[in-house]
Amino acid sequence: MAKFAQSDDSVVVIIGSGAGGGTLANELAQKGIDVVLLEAGARQSSATFLNDEWPSFSQLAWLDKRTTSGNWRVAKDFPNLPAWTCKTVGGTTTHWAGASLRWHDYEFKARTTYGDIDGTSLMDWPLTLADLEPYYAKAENKMGVTRTNDIAGLPGNNNFKVMYNGAKKLGYTKCSTGHMAINSHPRDGRIGCMQIGFCFQGCKSGAKWSTLYTEIPKAEATGHLDLRPESTVLKIEHGANGKVTGVVYVDKDGKQQRQKARIVAVAANSIETPRLLLNSASSKYPDGLANSSGQVGRNYMRHLTASVYAIFPEPVHMYRGTTMAGIVQDEVANNPSRGFVGGYEMETISLGLPFFAAFLNPGAWGSDFTTYMDNYQHVAGMWIVGEDMPQADNRVTLNTDVKDDNGLPVPNVHYDDHKNDLAMREHAFTQGEALYKAVGATSTFRTPPYPSTHNMGTSRMSEKPSDGVVNKWGQTHDIPNLFISDGSQYTTGAAENPTLTIVTLAIRQADTISSMMSKHEV
Amino acid sequence: MENPRQPVPGSITRGAALRKAAYLTGTIAATSALAALAPSRVWALQLALLPQDQTDTLVAFAKVLYPHATLPDAVYAMVPKDLDGKAGKDPKTASLIASGCAGLDSAAGGSFVKASPDAQLTAVKGAEGSDFFNLVRGQCITSIYNNEMAWAHFGYQGASWPHGGYLHRGFQDLTWLPNPPLDASPKPWS
Repeated sequence: MAKFAQSDDSVVVIIGSGAGGGTLANELAQKGIDVVLLEAGARQSSATFLNDEWPSFSQLAWLDKRTTSGNWRVAKDFPNLPAWTCKTVGGTTTHWAGASLRWHDYEFKARTTYGDIDGTSLMDWPLTLADLEPYYAKAENKMGVTRTNDIAGLPGNNNFKVMYNGAKKLGYTKCSTGHMAINSHPRDGRIGCMQIGFCFQGCKSGAKWSTLYTEIPKAEATGHLDLRPESTVLKIEHGANGKVTGVVYVDKDGKQQRQKARIVAVAANSIETPRLLLNSASSKYPDGLANSSGQVGRNYMRHLTASVYAIFPEPVHMYRGTTMAGIVQDEVANNPSRGFVGGYEMETISLGLPFFAAFLNPGAWGSDFTTYMDNYQHVAGMWIVGEDMPQADNRVTLNTDVKDDNGLPVPNVHYDDHKNDLAMREHAFTQGEALYKAVGATSTFRTPPYPSTHNMGTSRMSEKPSDGVVNKWGQTHDIPNLFISDGSQYTTGAAENPTLTIVTLAIRQADTISSMMSKHEV
Repeated sequence: MENPRQPVPGSITRGAALRKAAYLTGTIAATSALAALAPSRVWALQLALLPQDQTDTLVAFAKVLYPHATLPDAVYAMVPKDLDGKAGKDPKTASLIASGCAGLDSAAGGSFVKASPDAQLTAVKGAEGSDFFNLVRGQCITSIYNNEMAWAHFGYQGASWPHGGYLHRGFQDLTWLPNPPLDASPKPWS
């Protein structure tokens, strides 16, 4: 592994080592570009991951204080935990379930497709599916996505058997074990999936793609990556000409350090990325970096999310095997006759007993609740992930009343459900319950949204500088050597799980950065 | 959310407190899934701070909140045990528990533990939303459901990595529905 000097102003500094930052770091390192990768969390490994939900949560989750507001139920149930993301090397790719779905062409043209919907800040992306297709192909190959590149699909577990049979009974035709970045057979030096379960707790076999044990070690092997775990960036600095010059961070010993940079790329996930831009305000940029549009922190999206659990007369053992074992894609198309625009995926989900108790219906007590616990072995579950509407006032702001350990304002996450979100969730709940009843469920339960795992849109991509924070390369409109490299770039959220597209954009961005560097444009 | 299984520092060394604190004991039914798990069917738990009457009230309260007909008392006893640890670290928690238990007794007509199920339910509903209620309810979720006794009782198998996952241990052993076709669910790799 390389070690670059703090005074070395030729390096690219990347903040965050997850799907966006970890991928960008490796892509740049492979091109011979020197990268300093700053990660707030510690470095774990498959060996240190824990098959135990609460201790794993303590090991991996981002638990720094945050606050919430708005009418979303998460603000009531989890007022200081708006999101379930990770603070560890590999970021939330340690925790993700692996679903890797390409977007549809129309999803990049949300404003054109869905029209002018009251209360939304819908906009078309400044790029198209055709622009991304070559990079989607690279991402799928890199990540080993099943049902691409001649990679077989995964075998479905018991939870999937229930979903599949229910889907057939409802007349759905698009149900399978889906496109997953989990090895169905050994590939790329990693083993095939052992159906351990605990996909959310870090994959102990390494069959699931995570930057922790793919991109990062590959980048280290090039001699062009200096990874610094337990390094929390406080501020991005700039010079008199407005260009960024480096970052100030707190290292693992609690000491403040200053790393110089030629380029800074922020990939700290969609809550910390805008927070860092806002916390980097200066006399030249009093509203925060790259914020001349006022869009930094706005248009926060989290996907529809909800779950349906059902009790059956016979055992299911949903927790055995991959967490997201299969998918129904019949409701993903945009079909406004259902009473909403956009669409949703239905994906199996399972929770171990500790998290089932915590998340089934937060705050609930009494026999309705305990019936589900008593029938734990007989429960099947699905998660609903659908496109939520961007709204200007759903946003991440600085809560100046609450400070973190470094004395900086914590982020407040405000979210109000749009009526389109509510209509979609109602439809999805109804269909999910019908699916399970079609195969004999004796009881079904509508579980409210968990803390957000899909966080998007807070530094959105736009054609015009007045409409958003970054251009179609993820380069900020205001500062040419400042890039955003995570899901914060999302103009809209689509119905698909976000990771594959984050990786795709990062691979594409690496080409752009490399080209700009060689032309001395940055 | 906090990690409910972070170690609780042992706090009480004062003999007086120890002598007054509750001592819980019971026997796990021979038919329980836990009988095979425990080294002995007889169990005992020494608390550090909470007195017997509050401990009994907390167990009864937990059973009203999360009723499971056959869940052994050894699991419900985890609720006062874990609250005992919190009370030892924070006097405010200790007094919240004391006043909350007294409130339940008074709402149930003198003794919550001895009150009828209907009277207990009424008292619990009356406490809903209070700090005491929220403390105990939240504690129940982890104390009752996040321990290996509960996992055995409810049929959750816990860590699978030490056993090689479920690839050869029943991840697709459900037989009451037809198997999906191979294009939807291909064969496992080994």
